[in-house]
Amino acid sequence: MNGQEMIRTENLNKSFGKLHVLKDIDMSVYESEVVCLVGASGSGKSTLLRCLNFLEKKDNGGIFIRGEKVSPDTHNLNHVRQSVGMVFQHFNLFPHKTVLENIIEAPTVVKKLSKSQATEEAMELLRKVGLEDKADVYPSKLSGGQKQRVAIARSLAMKPDILLFDEPTSALDPELVGEVLATMKELADEGMTMVVVTHEMGFAREVADWIVYMDDGKIVEKDRPSEFFDHPKEERTIEFLKATMLK
Amino acid sequence: MPSFSHFFHTLNSSKGLFIDAMFLTLKLTLVSILIGIIFGLFFALLKISRVKILEYISNAYVFLVRGTPLIVQIFILYFGFSGLFLIPDFWAAALALAFHNGAYIAEIFRGTIQSVDKGQMEAGRSLGMTRGTTIRRIILPQAFRRALPPLGNQFIIGLKDSSLAAFISMNELFNVSTTLGSNNFDEMTYLLIVAIYYLVLVALLTMAVSMFEKKLAISDR
Repeated sequence: MNGQEMIRTENLNKSFGKLHVLKDIDMSVYESEVVCLVGASGSGKSTLLRCLNFLEKKDNGGIFIRGEKVSPDTHNLNHVRQSVGMVFQHFNLFPHKTVLENIIEAPTVVKKLSKSQATEEAMELLRKVGLEDKADVYPSKLSGGQKQRVAIARSLAMKPDILLFDEPTSALDPELVGEVLATMKELADEGMTMVVVTHEMGFAREVADWIVYMDDGKIVEKDRPSEFFDHPKEERTIEFLKATMLK
Repeated sequence: MPSFSHFFHTLNSSKGLFIDAMFLTLKLTLVSILIGIIFGLFFALLKISRVKILEYISNAYVFLVRGTPLIVQIFILYFGFSGLFLIPDFWAAALALAFHNGAYIAEIFRGTIQSVDKGQMEAGRSLGMTRGTTIRRIILPQAFRRALPPLGNQFIIGLKDSSLAAFISMNELFNVSTTLGSNNFDEMTYLLIVAIYYLVLVALLTMAVSMFEKKLAISDR
């Protein structure tokens, strides 16, 4: 209904030693959709997200990007990752580079864009996240919320088809969460395909097209936000929602 | 013990020779540390190469250097080099010291490379950069910065270690002091004098290193 399939997993499995973290995960994300992955810590949602851009190596199962099965044996993962961006919980900005240098690094080094063109595009992105006055500042001078907005701009600079967010607001002071969520909402409104691991239930309810609830390495329930929050079907979902909403 | 007036008189009259020797000591130290940095970086990169055989080579290098006395290494390299091909004494000494310093510097770099948060590598990879590019452009610049204070320390150690080059007839500080001492039958005076030269050099270097560290600390804020 929502256009092209962007990313899909088929029977995805992943173990760390004896710990079976992902169990037969089937999930698909269509173009312009926002999918929020929710669940308790250790439920496997971050690992699933990291498998999607191959930062974590799956044990078996398939990952399909735009319908094409992608594996390290047949594809250049560096190339694949250019179209699947990632925003991290701890920002992971490059501390020895200014905000602008952080953003133009990959476009100039990987895509061989000229410095002037990359700078022009970077300034455009900085305006978009409201930080154009911070271009020449080092990350250490920024607040957590500003760092995360720069990290988002840095990912966008590669013009990805899909953006993955790994608990993007979990490391932020409460008063800084809003500005990052607002930036993400703006992206969603523009039609960016997003997969977001989050504990922000308000954001999930408002912005997500689908909520995927994971527990013990499995997808327990996938539903529209209104259904998920107001009429959860699974016992474990109800328990989880009770606990998170402090009802 | 020599009298004070005798000591200061000797200190003054010998300063021409000692200052020349001091410059040779500094040159020897500087060259051996700079080449040592190249050795060190090379072997540190082997160590993190994820290629078993290269890791073994790096481990073997560090093991050999750390496991044998510097004077033995200097002699082996000196006689080894001069037996194989013509090499000026200065370069034999400099290369021997560089080979030695390189192992300690390799350990410094390995440590600081591994101390860079692994999120930096993930960020680089998630932007489509290769592992090699990420190491070169993201990890190494940060690792270098963190290596500067311990490198300064290694420089001070290297300065004092360079005295062992006296044994392959380099006219650096220590050699000049023992030669003058035995020529004048006055070993103790010249040993005390050379100790002062070393102390002054190390004090100046220590000050430079700590100024450097303060500057780094400020720009890190």
